[in-house]
Amino acid sequence: MGRYVFKLPDVGEGTAEAEIVVWHAAVGEHIEEDQPLVDVLTDKATVEMTAPVSGLVVSVHGEPGEMAAVGSTLAVIETGGADAGEAKAVDPAPRVAPRPLADPTPKPPIRVTTSPTEPAAPPPPSPEVARARSEEPLASPAVRRRAHELGVALQFVTGGGPAGRIRLEDLERFIASPAERPRMNGGARSPRRDGVDQVKIIGLRRKIAEKMQEAKRRIPHFAYVEEIDVTELEELRAHLNVSAQAGRARLTFLPFLIRALVEVLPRYPQINARFDDDAGIVHRHQAVHAGIATQTANGLIVPVLRHAEERDLWDCAAEIARLAAAARDGKATADELRGSTITITSLGPLGGVVTTPVINHPEVAIIGPNKITERPVVRHGQIVIRKVMNLSSSFDHRVVDGYDAADFIQKVKALLEHPATLFMGFE
Amino acid sequence: MSRRVETQVLVVGGGPGGYVAAIRCGQLGLRTVLVEADRLGGTCLIRGCIPSKALIHAASQFHDLTRTDGAVRLGINFEGTAKLDLAKTVRWKDGVVDRLSGGVSGLLKRANVEVVAGWASFSDAKTCKVQMADEVLTIGAEHVILANGSVPVELASIPFGGAVISSTEALALERRPERLVVIGAGYIGLELGVAFRKLGSEVTIIEAMDRVLPAFDRALGEPVARWLKRAGVTVHLGARARSLEDGGHGPTLLIETAEKRPLRLHGDAILVTVGRRPNTQGWGLATMAVDLDGPFVRIDDQCRTSMKNVWAIGDLVGEPMLEHKAAAQGEMVAEIIAGARRHFDPVAIAAVCFTEPEIVSAGLSPDEAKAQGKDAITGVFPFSASGRARSMAAADDEGFVRVVARRDDHRILGVQAVGAHVSELSGEFALALEMGALLEDVAGTIHVHPTLGEAFHEAALRALGHAIHV
Repeated sequence: MGRYVFKLPDVGEGTAEAEIVVWHAAVGEHIEEDQPLVDVLTDKATVEMTAPVSGLVVSVHGEPGEMAAVGSTLAVIETGGADAGEAKAVDPAPRVAPRPLADPTPKPPIRVTTSPTEPAAPPPPSPEVARARSEEPLASPAVRRRAHELGVALQFVTGGGPAGRIRLEDLERFIASPAERPRMNGGARSPRRDGVDQVKIIGLRRKIAEKMQEAKRRIPHFAYVEEIDVTELEELRAHLNVSAQAGRARLTFLPFLIRALVEVLPRYPQINARFDDDAGIVHRHQAVHAGIATQTANGLIVPVLRHAEERDLWDCAAEIARLAAAARDGKATADELRGSTITITSLGPLGGVVTTPVINHPEVAIIGPNKITERPVVRHGQIVIRKVMNLSSSFDHRVVDGYDAADFIQKVKALLEHPATLFMGFE
Repeated sequence: MSRRVETQVLVVGGGPGGYVAAIRCGQLGLRTVLVEADRLGGTCLIRGCIPSKALIHAASQFHDLTRTDGAVRLGINFEGTAKLDLAKTVRWKDGVVDRLSGGVSGLLKRANVEVVAGWASFSDAKTCKVQMADEVLTIGAEHVILANGSVPVELASIPFGGAVISSTEALALERRPERLVVIGAGYIGLELGVAFRKLGSEVTIIEAMDRVLPAFDRALGEPVARWLKRAGVTVHLGARARSLEDGGHGPTLLIETAEKRPLRLHGDAILVTVGRRPNTQGWGLATMAVDLDGPFVRIDDQCRTSMKNVWAIGDLVGEPMLEHKAAAQGEMVAEIIAGARRHFDPVAIAAVCFTEPEIVSAGLSPDEAKAQGKDAITGVFPFSASGRARSMAAADDEGFVRVVARRDDHRILGVQAVGAHVSELSGEFALALEMGALLEDVAGTIHVHPTLGEAFHEAALRALGHAIHV
């Protein structure tokens, strides 16, 4: 009888551990080769692991929700009579998206333990040479590279080889060891945490910090929130998306909001403006260049939808999608990131009930739609279910009066609640 | 005519750093363009390592046939005398270079790398223009790998031109200079000085420091210094080249000797080998917002420059200016661009000197170990006790293998050697260092007899206190 120890393989670049999502096989069940065994979640994707061999599942390690380290034992499968010695040095090849390094780079071999008695037991620790942690660790290039990929500093790994040399198995043991790397379990208690990470505020993050500080320091903000019934608008939006020609961008709420702003803003020129407060001059713009706040891997950036007034809904939707993709890929040009006259900050489904957005200095207004929810509302003395959304906004009180801001938002509300009027021309 | 192409990776320079980076990028499926104004292969292949080794080989063959302790001593006699046709030697050397350069071209093609022949000139960090025969090509790239290499340093008082030549011209001389003056006794100057001495030139070497090969430790340079003396090469140590005069019968170099006395040296050729400098001029580096570190481009341990997605490798980024360092960096950068987690962390980058005899140095010398506060022991094994060195008439050049290890755990810190053919041992030395070998590991590895590699084994045994053959 042979036993196959299935270890969590390297599921992607830089992944040191993965969360167990669900087991597709239980102890005592027979499993066929290539049949799903377990799903694991990395910070990038859910990956389905299939059984590399057919056989009886003898043990599984880890409950759903637990983290498993790369290289740690996930399951032991008893293969039906196959000689474990000739063994399955097969790579369990998880079904993952093609790795950027798919080819000749050597993959760490998946180790096979063939001891019939205690298949999953870790190797007994070798006699270890005491070594000061500050000393340069002794390890071969392959071990150093593997450690670097896993984000392990070799100074902290105890080497079991001569003169404390760190061997591949030492590294694997370190990764798998609960003593070294506390692991989560289902209980309500977490291990005590004392560390403080110092993070340097550099690059884009520093830019954001400076910009936000400047905006809050210079601009006396006031916030205004109004509730908008978007039931009809949502029906129209759904209809347009269903009946749209193939290949058109899917319409989100944003193009409609932009349509409303484009209609209303000419009546409130003080809101579509940039305030040069050092010079004491407000530049009131006729064009509507809408900043679209976009979350990227590195932080917030605001690409600009130019001349929103010239664009129809689909054009607007396509351009927003293009700008968001460019921003996220880091390919937005400098020109695409400046010159907005008003900014929209939408968190989509994360929109919450109310936000108090920070104005994108030197602009004077920012609009933040919140989450659309179905709520019971009173219409003509009846309680009815309507799709309702809050619209949050902030204005620069130095150049925008509360009355005007409220009036502006009410006009926007009127248009959005009666979507046909969005396309009739204001007045 | 002008045309624009967009690519994922733009590699600037077709030397060993650039072409290796480009091939690896291609293998990893990245769209890659390589720009090179000259032939493919760079300094190493076109005007450095390879052609100089070809010339050194030819010179050694010639030398063996003409000296009394060469072929003649081994009982080989032949009618007539050996004659040198340097123009023909140079053509053979060019053939070697052509073949290898063509090979690089084939490898790039197989890796789907587009090679653009021309001089890249950057207008910003990610865009360059290449002036080609019939058009201007603009290349925009997501990633740029700078592998522009280095050029020989010129002496202001003795500029290149006429009789004053750099290593590049020295490797293409059609006629043997009767008298060659070499300024600078670093490895390039000594390799070429030795080769021309073997070809029959009268060679004089000037060095500002107090010994030849000042970059290597004294013990390694001594056998070379003694060979120079035996071969009749004049060496002026602590001397400085001052100026060039034309005294009517050819160029004359005025030097100041260690005793501060002026001395005039006549030479048909004056070879200046006082170092190399990174090639940072004339291709728009200033427009790229890339920080410098002294004369070099500043990088981190992943070869990233201060500009996002602009990478720099090889001679451009600092010492050691060696082919194998550039290639290793190029390969690493390609993998990082493709998404791998890598950083540059070699234990040792071995250096070799193809002088007479050859020198290898990997890792720390005894002095360097001491300077770093490491308590080290050394073991030296002389080639005079090596059966293999004796059997190839290479035991009398005072060569040796020396291993340096920590006293407490016997971890090997460095290995050096001097002697015939020891360049071929460099790989074993580097492997021992990278694998973290202990003296016992080398002592426990059975080395083939009779080979020169046994000397490494014996040196380790000697450091452990129980050498067999000395």
